[in-house]
Amino acid sequence: MNEKTFKPDLSVNLAGIALDNPILAASGPFGYGHEYRELIDFKDLGGIIVKGISPEPWAGNPPPRVTETPSGMLNAIGLQNPGLEKFLAEDLPQLRGSGPRLVVNVVGCSLEEYAEVASGLEGAEGIDGLELNISCPNVKAGGMAFGTDPDATRRVVEAVRRRTGLPLLVKLSPNVTSIVAIARAAEAAGADGISLINTLGGMLIDTGQKKPLLGNVFGGLSGPAIMPVALKMVWEVAGAVKIPVLGMGGITSADDALQFIMAGARAVAVGTGLFYDPDLPAQIKTGLIEYLKQENLTHLGQLEGAARR
Amino acid sequence: MLLNENTRAKYQAEICPVLDNRVVSPGYHRIQLQAPAIARTVEPGQFVQVFMPSRHSQMLPRPFSVYRANPAAGELTLLLEVKGRGTALLAEVSAGAALKLLGPLGRGFPSPPPHSLLVAGGMGIVPLAFLAASTGAPGTLIYCARTAGLLVCPRPELDRPGLSIIEATDDGSRGEQGTAADLLSRRIEGAGAVFACGPRLMLAAVKKICRRAGVKAWFSLEERMACGIGACLGCAVATTGGYRRVCRDGPVFPAEEVILDE
Repeated sequence: MNEKTFKPDLSVNLAGIALDNPILAASGPFGYGHEYRELIDFKDLGGIIVKGISPEPWAGNPPPRVTETPSGMLNAIGLQNPGLEKFLAEDLPQLRGSGPRLVVNVVGCSLEEYAEVASGLEGAEGIDGLELNISCPNVKAGGMAFGTDPDATRRVVEAVRRRTGLPLLVKLSPNVTSIVAIARAAEAAGADGISLINTLGGMLIDTGQKKPLLGNVFGGLSGPAIMPVALKMVWEVAGAVKIPVLGMGGITSADDALQFIMAGARAVAVGTGLFYDPDLPAQIKTGLIEYLKQENLTHLGQLEGAARR
Repeated sequence: MLLNENTRAKYQAEICPVLDNRVVSPGYHRIQLQAPAIARTVEPGQFVQVFMPSRHSQMLPRPFSVYRANPAAGELTLLLEVKGRGTALLAEVSAGAALKLLGPLGRGFPSPPPHSLLVAGGMGIVPLAFLAASTGAPGTLIYCARTAGLLVCPRPELDRPGLSIIEATDDGSRGEQGTAADLLSRRIEGAGAVFACGPRLMLAAVKKICRRAGVKAWFSLEERMACGIGACLGCAVATTGGYRRVCRDGPVFPAEEVILDE
């Protein structure tokens, strides 16, 4: 191989979504991409998973909504979103054709609401896939309730599967007894891929005020603190299902991303790490290329599950 | 008076050499940076996100209102209080090191009309010091804190012709004795507008006084932030128009729009 012209191939196919590189912006921190577009080069992202969309607008939780924790952060945004109609009219047109593949995260309070959003997105130009959010710990109704029981998971995935021909990822909660059972239920119900993990439930108390620090009392823990937990779950799920896995949870470097891929993930998503450094996707991309060159590998796919063999 | 759309100038990341870092009062640092791009466009009331000195610290950037900017010299000055791990790390940077900044962010203050009252509580002085320095219009700065030691902003850095400065403390240990509300209510008559930054309770009192006197007021708000650019919706504040983002829709808001649990 010619040292100078050799350029490893980072492209992967995630559940039917062809990605130029395996780095996605996780749903939530990235909003609908408008703000980060002014700051980073979208070419460094293989895909963007936009913030959860519900049928009607959701106001979100009372502040404070975020706080730092050791090696991480807690958030309780409460899935504030403009609702399906406004997303289609205002956000999607701005994102369409911006480069990265576009995946829409879908939230709801009932089977009907999830199905309604999936139907509403069907046929909308520029959407490459859906990510079903059955794992958000910050909303009382619905949300995580669907993701903590295999039977409820099966029902919601089936309901959405009937309404969409788009590649369908299902995002799982780590706040469960057996994530493997939930992942298998999602696969059996027709999911094309599994995203994991969402945040771990947590809280902090302001001792000065003698009150919970977050307005919502409970929030979701993310960031490097949860990375080993996420990696273990990706390892377990990748070994238990045949559909591809999108790994996430505390990734802040190319080495972290490689660990997820070697555990069996097809691609990775970054969230909190973007806050620490908005250039993270570019750094991961560069780091992955360097690693592949160093290992004399031509395709990133050759590393998928490498640590399991 | 409308918020100036121009204050939404595009932000950028800039690697900024630290020119000076000195303690102005125990636990309070004045950090001067070479930040030509940000210094050129920043307006009073806007803020910057300061990233942690080492990426291995794995911590969120910290938002700071700009204390002063010198566009000609390309210099930017921050005044920070050491409150937790992030500000403690930033307080340790020495001249010659560099910090990554993102800015200018958010919407700043509109230009103050003559005879405006600027009301600062504690570290609320930071954006108001910049505002006071940015205009030659006659006005009054009311600078309050619980006690003398918390009036950390060096007086010579506030003085300018046409600006009358009234210091006050709750305990009377420096300047007049009284709260911001006490001082403001005695001077509100005939004020051009009020610009305030400080604790929520102070802002609630200021809002009431301004409403009663029929004087337009602007508040600079503070909230815990993550991204700082409007994407994550972490820094929401309740307003008459629903939750809005302190980092993008603010940090400066018309007082009548802000819901302060009055």
